[in-house]
Amino acid sequence: MLKENEIKVGDTHTAVLVEDLKRTQIVQYAGASGDYNPLHTDEIFTTQVAGYPSVFAHGMLSMGLTGTMLTDYVGDGALKKYGVRFTNQVWPGDTLTGKATIIEIREEDGSKVIDLMIETTNQNDIAVITGSATAAIEG
Amino acid sequence: MAINKFLVEASHIMMFARSVGDANPIYHDEDYAKETDLGGIIAPPTFAQSSAQFDPDYFLRPKIGGEGWFGSGKEASGAKPSKDSGGSGGGAAMGLHAEQHFEYHKPVKAGDILSATTKPGNSWEKESKRAGKLKFSESVTEYRNQDGELVITATGVGVQTERAVDS
Repeated sequence: MLKENEIKVGDTHTAVLVEDLKRTQIVQYAGASGDYNPLHTDEIFTTQVAGYPSVFAHGMLSMGLTGTMLTDYVGDGALKKYGVRFTNQVWPGDTLTGKATIIEIREEDGSKVIDLMIETTNQNDIAVITGSATAAIEG
Repeated sequence: MAINKFLVEASHIMMFARSVGDANPIYHDEDYAKETDLGGIIAPPTFAQSSAQFDPDYFLRPKIGGEGWFGSGKEASGAKPSKDSGGSGGGAAMGLHAEQHFEYHKPVKAGDILSATTKPGNSWEKESKRAGKLKFSESVTEYRNQDGELVITATGVGVQTERAVDS
């Protein structure tokens, strides 16, 4: 868990979440999450029937990858809130970078917490996820 | 949508953590995890989404001996999925997933037995140049543990688009 005297508003944490996203990782996520929508794993259905240029990642895969960056930063069991908007699709071959920025350090129910702004971008610097989180810290 | 028994198991957590690129031992190493303050293996922050595995009617899973599947086989598309079952924890059942929010009330641990109930939230419409008319709808899922304690509140926002979006 982060310690109040070691952080300040404006601090950032950045991590590369995935490089050259493989279709197989999307399949892995489908199997683990239980979301077998063919739009994510079935190139033939997705291009010929649904009209997309290729399969694309589950939004929740991008949120999960971003969550890995987030918990690596704030520590295990520290998250109180985590929410995102899916602003652009993530395609096979994409490289994603996640960033969390501390925007406030405050008290909630008698404990210290931080509010974070979250953004995950692809290799073209386009945001695929924007969001926010709140995490407990050691006061 | 209601899920009576969402068994939170260590092997499922391990596979889920792998799929989101998370090598943290708190998700797969019991010996490591029991020495931490949490006292055991916990679930990663978006794990609740996999409650879909425990929804018997989840429409984005091919059913055994069921009504067919809309993915490709001999043809590029098979049968249409039935649309009447709800979406576990999120917006996937309502088209594309626009937003997802989690509130964590207590850590979810391997060995927990969760139940979940979903209620519809707000709905609204927006015009988009890229995808035509957008219909947004919200669903709120409450996950409770075996002691009846609320552990996670998940709010998903789904969007139905008029046309495919290829950004």
